[in-house]
Amino acid sequence: MIISVASGKGGTGKTLVATSLALSLEGQVQLLDCDVEEPNDHVFLKPNFTKRESVYVPIPKVDEEKCTHCGKCAEVCAYNAIAAMKKKVLVFPELCHGCGACSYLCPEEAISEVGKEVGVVEIGHSASIQFAHGKLNVGEAMAPPVIRKVKEGINHEGAVIIDVSPGTSCPVVESIRGSDFCLLVTEPTPFGLNDLILAVEVVRKLEIPCGLILNRAGVGDRKVEEYCLKENIPVLLTIPLDTRIAGYYSRGIPLVEGIPQWRGHFLELFDRVRGMAISQAG
Amino acid sequence: MKEVVVLSGKGGTGKTSIVGSFAAIAQSKVLADCDVDAADLHLLLSPTTKKENEFWSGQVALIDEDKCTKCGLCQDICHFHAISDFKVDPISCEGCSFCCHVCPDDAITMKDCLSGHWFISETRYGPLVHARLGVAEENSGKLVALVRQNARSIAEREDLKYIITDGPPGIGCPVISSLSGANLALLVTEPTLSGMHDLERVLGVCYHFGVPALVCVNKYDINEDNARQIERFCSSQGVEVVSKIPVDNVFTEALVRGLPVVEYARNGVSREIGRLWEAISTRLGGQ
Repeated sequence: MIISVASGKGGTGKTLVATSLALSLEGQVQLLDCDVEEPNDHVFLKPNFTKRESVYVPIPKVDEEKCTHCGKCAEVCAYNAIAAMKKKVLVFPELCHGCGACSYLCPEEAISEVGKEVGVVEIGHSASIQFAHGKLNVGEAMAPPVIRKVKEGINHEGAVIIDVSPGTSCPVVESIRGSDFCLLVTEPTPFGLNDLILAVEVVRKLEIPCGLILNRAGVGDRKVEEYCLKENIPVLLTIPLDTRIAGYYSRGIPLVEGIPQWRGHFLELFDRVRGMAISQAG
Repeated sequence: MKEVVVLSGKGGTGKTSIVGSFAAIAQSKVLADCDVDAADLHLLLSPTTKKENEFWSGQVALIDEDKCTKCGLCQDICHFHAISDFKVDPISCEGCSFCCHVCPDDAITMKDCLSGHWFISETRYGPLVHARLGVAEENSGKLVALVRQNARSIAEREDLKYIITDGPPGIGCPVISSLSGANLALLVTEPTLSGMHDLERVLGVCYHFGVPALVCVNKYDINEDNARQIERFCSSQGVEVVSKIPVDNVFTEALVRGLPVVEYARNGVSREIGRLWEAISTRLGGQ
């Protein structure tokens, strides 16, 4: 079963939930940190990495000997990543999405695809947890190819937990698609609610069942709970505002290690999620 | 005219609360909310929309079933695995048109996408340019560029001194689009190991694009050892920590009332944010 942990707004507690949930479960557990722009789960789990793989996107390389400067490549590129001048073809790798059209459609077979590294995936384990995360190279724009590479390693046999980046656009969609259930983590503030509503739209568009985890309960107002009631979104776990929890978080200590009683709450959460995912699928 | 963009790497460190306060403090400015996939600044500034615009961006392939002979070429060549059973998954499709170019039956057309909206609004603090990317849409970088470009033309037209930009979390496409060409980045971090890890990466992006940075440590008293470590790290990088803001529930209280914190509470936090803006405007003025 694949459970993704998303939020819309950043800093609401996704990492706290994903790491503590993974640490609470027994049996085979895999934690995949798909927040490849700012991965943080490793800070808490301190995994032993045993494998490191580069992530490449194919970008065009023009063989000037063969090129007749017909301009076809520039014409077919939807991203303006190639400019065909009279005597030279210019490639702008940062604009290229790696679709391969230019190389396939070049009448002279003058374009080959070469890999450009945009990030890395590191794979390892932390105690019994199988761990992997992606890291987008600093200065690179496109996170989805790195996320796809992390997800290639999904092991369907046990529980898979996916930590997602904040927001609602392509990296989030790439991370949560294929999940059996999505946990949405938010805080009871107007920002938390505004971004929760957007995140709910995303999971509904992808037809993934979801439930809420309310973090820092006690601050702000009650509008998040009112919204969940109206929209029929179950509130699965409430984590209070507590300086002890914030303190453990600041030192990179997972909640269930700092305060072991929380393990029971996360196990209950997992059981409820499993029940809901099964009933939805049935 | 000078532009400062507020970034953080890690989300939820207080970017928007700080930008909302700058809106109330700074004179002669236009505000730009570049967190286009989860925009929140409007919740503090209660804008009145003057102009709403559609954001058409990118395309998606569409297969005409009547013309399709199911040769399968499109499925074979698509680098994004967006076609299966001779149907296009619009979420996976990157709009590259490769399939449309190769289809031997001319069965594939490209359809333009309405990917979101952007707005020019008036607030009691001055003009605001903001946007809403459609849910699960792409091209957030292009929408960010559009927001900044419009903020810039307003600043030019009205002869305003500053563009204050609220940036998105992360380090990818919309962050790069928010940052490139700005005069200064303010990096808001928190003294947690996650916050520190993310600060280092977003600072790397600032270096990469040649934008000078200042750092603000928010909620510094959550972990003062970490806060000191941030200061040491920044000083080793030649980056100035210009402000340390304590934990204070007035941030949330102000937010619940839909007000910038400096308008809600005139306490130490407000004075600290005032000093922060002074440091930024001095730095911008001195360039």
